[in-house]
Amino acid sequence: MAVNYAVLKKGGFMRQKQKNNFSLRLRVVGGNLTAVQLAKIAEVADKFGEGYVHLTSRQSVEIPFIKVDDIDDVKNALAEGDVEPGVCGPRVRTITACQGEAICPSGCIDTYALAKELDDRYFARELPHKFKFGITGCQNNCLKAEENDVGIKGGIKVSWKEDDCIGCGVCAKACRQGAITITDKKISVDSDKCNFCGRCYKACPTDAWNTVHGYIVSFGGLFGNQINKGETIIPFIEDKETLLRICDAAIEFFDKNAKPSERFKFTIDRVGRENFEKVILEAYNE
Amino acid sequence: MSDFNIDDKVDITDVVCPTTFVKAKVALEELDDGQILSIRLNDGEPVQNVPRSIKEEGHQILKLLDNEDGTYELIVKKVGD
Ligand code: HEM
Ligand code: SF4
Ligand code: SF4
Ligand code: SF4
Repeated sequence: MAVNYAVLKKGGFMRQKQKNNFSLRLRVVGGNLTAVQLAKIAEVADKFGEGYVHLTSRQSVEIPFIKVDDIDDVKNALAEGDVEPGVCGPRVRTITACQGEAICPSGCIDTYALAKELDDRYFARELPHKFKFGITGCQNNCLKAEENDVGIKGGIKVSWKEDDCIGCGVCAKACRQGAITITDKKISVDSDKCNFCGRCYKACPTDAWNTVHGYIVSFGGLFGNQINKGETIIPFIEDKETLLRICDAAIEFFDKNAKPSERFKFTIDRVGRENFEKVILEAYNE
Repeated sequence: MSDFNIDDKVDITDVVCPTTFVKAKVALEELDDGQILSIRLNDGEPVQNVPRSIKEEGHQILKLLDNEDGTYELIVKKVGD
């Protein structure tokens, strides 16, 4: 039987060095799987694989040693447990996320909800090369946003509410950036130092801060054969509609300008960073 | 410190995070609703994190005083029994 590797790879079947064996990559969004999904994955790994799974570096699950003849049966079995194959190759990959605001006390945004939204919008979209999104809930950066083609980091923009402040002094110590000074019971925040971590607000006993929960977005990260830290263009994006416009603009730019097998960073470099910045700023100001 | 009627004191400068918070929490559990605890804590991680953990437990922070010897006094009012 002739095996169409391109089609299989699109469907998440990774050819193994062992002939006619595939490591099946599954679709995972934001690093969460339900108990039902896990039970089904376990069953399939036992029945069709070799009884184990591999956790990938980007929050996906692979079931190694799936036989080429079993592919349809495996897909059907997985579907019963709400599990789908993932993707590889030149398209939008697994959207990764930390647990974020829904679970983690440090979180500034709902990373999982955003991961699902981006997954609905872009997952498996065909592009000149692979394209990775990663979402991390705050400056602690557990999900390592800047290693992705588009990295999204939650942040909180703060402004002091004098009337609610009891002058306890906790915020100035909670801030790791040294951005807060208190003189004569007045607080000032140095906007050059503030990184939108939100720690001052989270520590404040009276919530004496106005807050905007938003996003810090980096572009062109790579962490493979070549390593590059994604760079930020706009310091802080205040709402999700603007964020999505900017993500759309970044993907469109890549789709339109990239050569086959060229990663986002190299497209930006070749076409010119200033041209890319212009596109992003236009989307921001739209 | 004379602004507050301190009911009890605890020194958490002898332990490191996360035990700092555990020790403070155990001390708070000894108190009644509305009583005031003074917590002595170190500069660095403890002063950056312990006030927030205590807030998240639902207690009321009143003041952070700098002892000017690398330690602080965190004045907390217990909320709840
Ligand atoms: C070998 C002995 C112990 C070890 C290694 C230990 C370790 C820990 C750790 C790692 C935490 C979690 C801290 C956090 O969430 O930040 C914790 C929480 C706690 N421990 Fe211990 N502990 C020990 C003994 C004790 C004892 C003897 C007591 C009480 C007398 C105690 C009372 C508490 C309390 C009240 C909490 C907080 C629970 C909560 O956050 O809801 N621990 N302990
Ligand atoms: S990045 Fe922030 S929100 Fe996400 S898990 Fe780490 S500390 Fe929590
Ligand atoms: S948001 Fe973070 S960096 Fe900015 S002032 Fe508050 S604690 Fe400091
Ligand atoms: S932590 Fe809140 S109440 Fe305390 S000084 Fe800062 S803003 Fe004021």
